Amino acid sequence: MVNPYVIHPATIVEKIREAEDINTYRLQLVDEEARRRFRFKAGQFNMVYLFGVGEVAISIVSDPDEPELLDHTIRAVGRTTKAIADLQPGVTLGIRGPFGEGWPLDEAKGRNVVIVTGGLGCAPVVGAIESIFRRRNQYGAVKILHGVKTPHDFLYRERFDAWRRHPDTEVLLTSDQPDKTWSYHVGVVTELFEQVSIDPAKSTVLMCGPEIMMRLGVPILMRRGIPATAIYVSLERHMECGIGLCGHCQMGPYFLCKDGPVMRYDRVAQWLGRTGV
Amino acid sequence: MLERDEGIRSMATASETCAVLPAADLQRLLDTLSAKGYRVVGPIVREGSVVWETISSVSELPIGWRDQQEPGRYRLEQTGSQEIFGVVHGPQSLKPFVFAPREPLLQIKRSKDGFTTSPTLPQPEKVAVIGARACDLAGLVIQDRIFLNETYRDPYYATRREGLFVIAVNCTRALATCFCASMETGPRAQRGYDLALTEVDEQFMVEAGSEAGSDILSTILLPAASDELISAAASSIHACAQSQIRRLDHSRLPQALYEAHEHPRWDDVAGRCLACTNCTMVCPTCFCHTVEETPDLSHQDTAHARLWDSCFTQEHGYIHGKNIRPTIKDRYRMWLTHKLASWIDQFDTSGCVGCGRCITWCPVGIDLTEELQALLTPGVQPPIALQHKDGT
Repeated sequence: MVNPYVIHPATIVEKIREAEDINTYRLQLVDEEARRRFRFKAGQFNMVYLFGVGEVAISIVSDPDEPELLDHTIRAVGRTTKAIADLQPGVTLGIRGPFGEGWPLDEAKGRNVVIVTGGLGCAPVVGAIESIFRRRNQYGAVKILHGVKTPHDFLYRERFDAWRRHPDTEVLLTSDQPDKTWSYHVGVVTELFEQVSIDPAKSTVLMCGPEIMMRLGVPILMRRGIPATAIYVSLERHMECGIGLCGHCQMGPYFLCKDGPVMRYDRVAQWLGRTGV
Repeated sequence: MLERDEGIRSMATASETCAVLPAADLQRLLDTLSAKGYRVVGPIVREGSVVWETISSVSELPIGWRDQQEPGRYRLEQTGSQEIFGVVHGPQSLKPFVFAPREPLLQIKRSKDGFTTSPTLPQPEKVAVIGARACDLAGLVIQDRIFLNETYRDPYYATRREGLFVIAVNCTRALATCFCASMETGPRAQRGYDLALTEVDEQFMVEAGSEAGSDILSTILLPAASDELISAAASSIHACAQSQIRRLDHSRLPQALYEAHEHPRWDDVAGRCLACTNCTMVCPTCFCHTVEETPDLSHQDTAHARLWDSCFTQEHGYIHGKNIRPTIKDRYRMWLTHKLASWIDQFDTSGCVGCGRCITWCPVGIDLTEELQALLTPGVQPPIALQHKDGT
């Protein structure tokens, strides 16, 4: 009988500082067999464990084609993540996973891909973007629209610069509260929709960020003719087990840890924006 | 005992296996179970209620006691009769026997490679519970569906479930809080039992519901029940169903409750609910749990355990710096909508079995049947006091 609670040790091989309270931890499973077997899809998450403290659900941000090294971007906000923030390479964390449904990268093949992200919420889609560019000729036009509150929240700058250099690719950035270093658009991410052409019949939209961004953004996209069935959103709830059993991650009838975190918009439309759901 | 087909057994037909056991001989059944290696557990009176406890003698059972239950009220009274199972139920269902309130999951020790984890599965144990009710069995069948389904088989739950032998007692008396008849889960035990007893005038009609149950019956060699006893048992159970004063109309669920999301009644019930979590603790089907990490003082060894959680706690809806359900209104709505509506989408069954425990053990006597009825009645304007000053 498989025991899904068993935690596998994973060593921090690199710690990349993204911002004052945000780091990306590159983890490698200690056990060779576990390392060889570990496969994941972009958009899935791991339960990351700190000995004696507990577990947190963190999406895997690295490229699914390189499953031997697993990147997790973690903001120090809670008890466990604050304790993890002090750790340096060489320290051993634990991993359970991967869990959940990832992005529909196979269904999107041959189509244009529009990626709409907000803040640190872009982490779950970073692996998907890397995966798309690794197979650049299998997808049509790629448009990445990324919004941050302040330039301080703008992570993965080098990756965005690299993505921009791919053919038939647009990267648009915006900040709500810019400082004098900010040379891109000023405002919320939905304003960027006006700056790109989208072929509604040929585009798949991947959306990731605060729910308010989805609630305001999706209707605009749908007014431009994109069907709800071509829009995917990555949702967040409290998650403890990863197997749809502990009850915390419910949204209406769904357990987001196993039915999501990536959900097709038409399935969750009636639940998004409902108070207390 | 659990059979592989989701623990579901067909109902034993009355003519096949009905036997009679005089009340004076009930001890023989307990002794046989003990001889077969079972720890026998039954209801005993403790601190004004009944709780499950290991027993060896029929005399420990609540003979002559009856329970009176009403919203927010539980009382035991001694009637002086020889009735053995006059108490319908206490706060505990069968849930604690299979989904333990605190289940150690892993023991994790530091090592040179970081740490090693060892699963801490419970010791397999044969436990025979006597006195479970039809609603408790319905709850057990629902828990089986959650913890032992096609895609996932929880090893901790499965270990406990494998060793469980259930002797149900069909209800011949309904409490004021009972509504199993309207949920179609009782008062006759339908499935999931090994043996079922119906107490009629100092004798029991006995039915087997599983091979393990038949095996016990063949050991104690009981005479077949008379037609009179069979019919007296059936009419007592029928009368019990007829006497239930509460009912829950689930015909329009789940949709009608989803549509009631903005109903003013949620504010009304939130004004009474204390978010104490009692309803979720006594519920036979609630399965939310949290994980707790308990390191030893040397920080070399740590215990990883799951324990019952409740959607009424602040922490349940917490996510990095914000709470999805900050108000009691949000949490009561989450609980009731999950229990009666989204549960159907998730598990193809209601999450409510009609046992009425959440009504009895609610300190302010909130009655979910009454709340549902109000919520399914078109919303009325909130009372004047709640209206805005400009009259909107």
